Amino acid sequence: MSTWQDRLLTDTPRSRREARLGALYRSWLQFRSNRLALLGLAIVLLLIVVAAFAPWIATHHPNEQNLAQRLLAPGGAHWLGTDEFGRDVFSRIVYGARITLYIVALVAIIAAPIGLIVGTAAGYLGGWVDAVLMRITDVFLAFPSLILALAFVAALGPGIENAVIAIALTAWPPYARIARAETLTIRNADYIAAARLQGASTGRILSRHIMPLCLSSLTVRVTLDMAGIILTAAGLGFLGLGAQPPLAEWGAMVSSGRRYILDQWWVATIPGIAIFAVSLAFNLLGDGLRDVLDPRQKK
Amino acid sequence: MISVRDLAITFGSGPGAVHAVRGVSFDVADGESFGLVGESGSGKSTVLRALAGLNRLWTGSATLGETSARVQQPRLVQMVFQDPYASLHPRHTVDRALSEPLEIHRIGDANERVERALADVGLGPAFRFRYPNQLSGGQRQRVAIARALMLEPRVLLLDEPTSALDVSVQAEILNLLRRLRVERRLTMILVSHNLAVVAHMCDRLAVMNRGLVVEEMDVATLRRAEPREAYTRQLLTASKGYDREVASGIVTFD
Amino acid sequence: MNVAPPPLLAVEDLRVSFATPTGPFHAVRGVSFTLGRERLGIVGESGSGKSLTGRAIMRLLPASAQLSARRLSFDGIDLLSASTKTLRGLRGARISLVMQDPKYSLNPVMTVGEQIAEAARIHGGVSKIEARLRALAMLEAVRIRDPERVFRLFPHEVSGGMGQRIMIAMMLVPEPDVLIADEPTSALDVTVQLQVLAILDDLVRQRGMGLLFISHDLELVASFCDRVLVMYAGRVMEELSARDLASARHPYTRGLLNSLPRLGDERAELPTLSRDPAWLEER
Ligand SMILES: Nc1ncnc2c1ncn2[C@@H]1O[C@H](COP(=O)(O)OP(=O)(O)OP(=O)(O)O)[C@@H](O)[C@H]1O
Ligand SMILES: Nc1ncnc2c1ncn2[C@@H]1O[C@H](COP(=O)(O)OP(=O)(O)OP(=O)(O)O)[C@@H](O)[C@H]1O
Ligand SMILES: [Mg+2]
Ligand SMILES: [Mg+2]
Repeated sequence: MSTWQDRLLTDTPRSRREARLGALYRSWLQFRSNRLALLGLAIVLLLIVVAAFAPWIATHHPNEQNLAQRLLAPGGAHWLGTDEFGRDVFSRIVYGARITLYIVALVAIIAAPIGLIVGTAAGYLGGWVDAVLMRITDVFLAFPSLILALAFVAALGPGIENAVIAIALTAWPPYARIARAETLTIRNADYIAAARLQGASTGRILSRHIMPLCLSSLTVRVTLDMAGIILTAAGLGFLGLGAQPPLAEWGAMVSSGRRYILDQWWVATIPGIAIFAVSLAFNLLGDGLRDVLDPRQKK
Repeated sequence: MISVRDLAITFGSGPGAVHAVRGVSFDVADGESFGLVGESGSGKSTVLRALAGLNRLWTGSATLGETSARVQQPRLVQMVFQDPYASLHPRHTVDRALSEPLEIHRIGDANERVERALADVGLGPAFRFRYPNQLSGGQRQRVAIARALMLEPRVLLLDEPTSALDVSVQAEILNLLRRLRVERRLTMILVSHNLAVVAHMCDRLAVMNRGLVVEEMDVATLRRAEPREAYTRQLLTASKGYDREVASGIVTFD
Repeated sequence: MNVAPPPLLAVEDLRVSFATPTGPFHAVRGVSFTLGRERLGIVGESGSGKSLTGRAIMRLLPASAQLSARRLSFDGIDLLSASTKTLRGLRGARISLVMQDPKYSLNPVMTVGEQIAEAARIHGGVSKIEARLRALAMLEAVRIRDPERVFRLFPHEVSGGMGQRIMIAMMLVPEPDVLIADEPTSALDVTVQLQVLAILDDLVRQRGMGLLFISHDLELVASFCDRVLVMYAGRVMEELSARDLASARHPYTRGLLNSLPRLGDERAELPTLSRDPAWLEER
């Protein structure tokens, strides 16, 4: 075994950083043994690379119309064919990766922290804080998320930012629930009592002692939910309430291609496959993460 | 140093209320080591948690130094918990656990202090950046003791610090506590089921039953096995090991 | 002629190892013993593999553990080759394990009474109301005062000793043939400890239960058990009759005995164990 691995796996790390890296490396070793999770990770990484280097990967401009080359079958200069405006489907998929990633990242950045803060505060403080916060959460949970998102978009107006906000607003309540349940199991632990004894403020206990412990189950859940978020975003796009044309959003592409589904199958099917593959990848990744981060939740 | 008068603690209210502690009084002098023994559920941990300021819902009076125990005084009193597996944060390294109190109280030269604290409890620098799951039970308990001593408190509350540890580690921890007590002139309250441990560590002790102090005595009396109360006599007989006859002869004192 | 009854539990050359990134770690290395309708104690320092031995018999090892044995059988059933379904039928119902860490093993968001009642319902196949009564009776049997109240408490609301008795109650509800008790009384005060041990004792004598009693309280084991295994670093150092524990010869056992504080003496410093590398070698 080479020296850097020895350093990472040592029982006697020499600094905080080394300790953290060591713990990460151990998790990675465990994660690595799960083939499907690795596949999921590979697809997600591919999505990120494609989104980052879209201009270099795409063969055409995603919105460049060429009515002379409408609905061309895959092959030749257009690897995945063209759509009804003669736009290159491959290039639109590549640029669509950016939008998908943008939506997923923004929703995660907005929804996860809201859920985390609401859930841990409710669970730790208890009493009326808990009652109020959880009633609000219940109200949000009472509606199916797509319907609620539709309502928000209808109120805010269509567009990708509004779609993101709408999805984020519907995504946080389950996270709050999870964080609260987790907090309830740890709030009475001796190590929390010890932190209080040392004079740690409530804010400090929440942010430095409780939240890190909720983070792993939340990360797992958010990753698993990514699939749903992508589908909701695609659904909004499909209904014309998400990304607006000519933006290359996968859901919207399926929607506009559905008129040609029988004769020119690729226009709708290929973005459909992209949605499917990325959702599946996030699911596999989430499963793998769960085994590493949250072994108790194992099925 | 510690003065407790008519301390009463009730959990819940109405008909379902539990009177966990029903008027307990005792004093512990500066530098003294005081033992608390008694039946399981008699309220020993509850008394300690109240003294530590973790539970403020009590009546009567309990003062540490000049201040009521309702006010948390991290630099005066610290506590070591019974279960070393539950008292360290699973995601914090030893270093983080020991630096946390220094950060909270903005105490400088954290680096040296953490190193010294580890050395004091007999853990080398090799342990500094380990996570709790890389430590044995005894090592964890040492870390917990080191953490309690970071703020240089004058009072240390110990809730069965060795009952989860094996006998050889127990001996190490007891030796450590005795040494620290002398070096730092600590005032200690030690809760334990093991009368021999209490005799080894303490000067005086109180015997509790059902939320009350049954009797207070010094350790010499305990060693001579000359308690005043029948309850304590039963405790002493029971501590001699298993005997079916003794077990069936046990009576409940109310 | 007196033919010895077949043992309830037969363990031969039990080995448990963990694959760690730095190579395999052998936690249990060739443990053999049999358990009849008796009280067998296992003592030894922390990390000597006592709990893993108990869990290996239940086939409840962490997924990362590797188990092997020449023989591991319960009442004629080969536990090594038994199907998951057979094992599930045995666990809890015929072999029970009282885990070392009561608060850790209880569900923190469910009342303790419900948890015992659930055990009764799953294994006894009784109705909800009956399960509740069984749970209350069991709480009373383990000398919990005011069982009605304790039934409704959550794990963090019970004292350390109550938590342990709740675990014992939960494991005794299905009336198992073999009980593996992993430090079941370490948080109990001496009188309650004696009463709980008396319950276990009666089950052994009257119902012929086999008891594997894991503990680090040497004096207790000496007075309570019939036989004792002394473990060190995954191996059985010696096996002796409990009566003879106090006069054991092995330096390891002696070291453990010496490190106990005693009411009678006034040593300032307790001797701690010095370990001999020769103890590690496999014979
Ligand atoms: N948070 C709580 N809510 C309700 N009841 C509680 C709570 N904490 C403790 N109790 C009750 O108070 C009583 C005393 O508990 P305590 O933990 O002080 O006992 P103890 O003397 O430390 O016992 P042990 O030796 O078993 O640890 C018990 O009956 C317990 O059920
Ligand atoms: N999941 C695991 N992965 C790796 N090593 C483990 C695991 N579980 C236990 N071990 C190791 O196996 C050894 C034996 O553990 P075991 O829990 O059986 O000890 P024990 O004798 O019960 O000790 P104690 O008295 O502290 O309970 C220990 O060195 C422990 O670190
Ligand atoms: Mg207690
Ligand atoms: Mg164990």
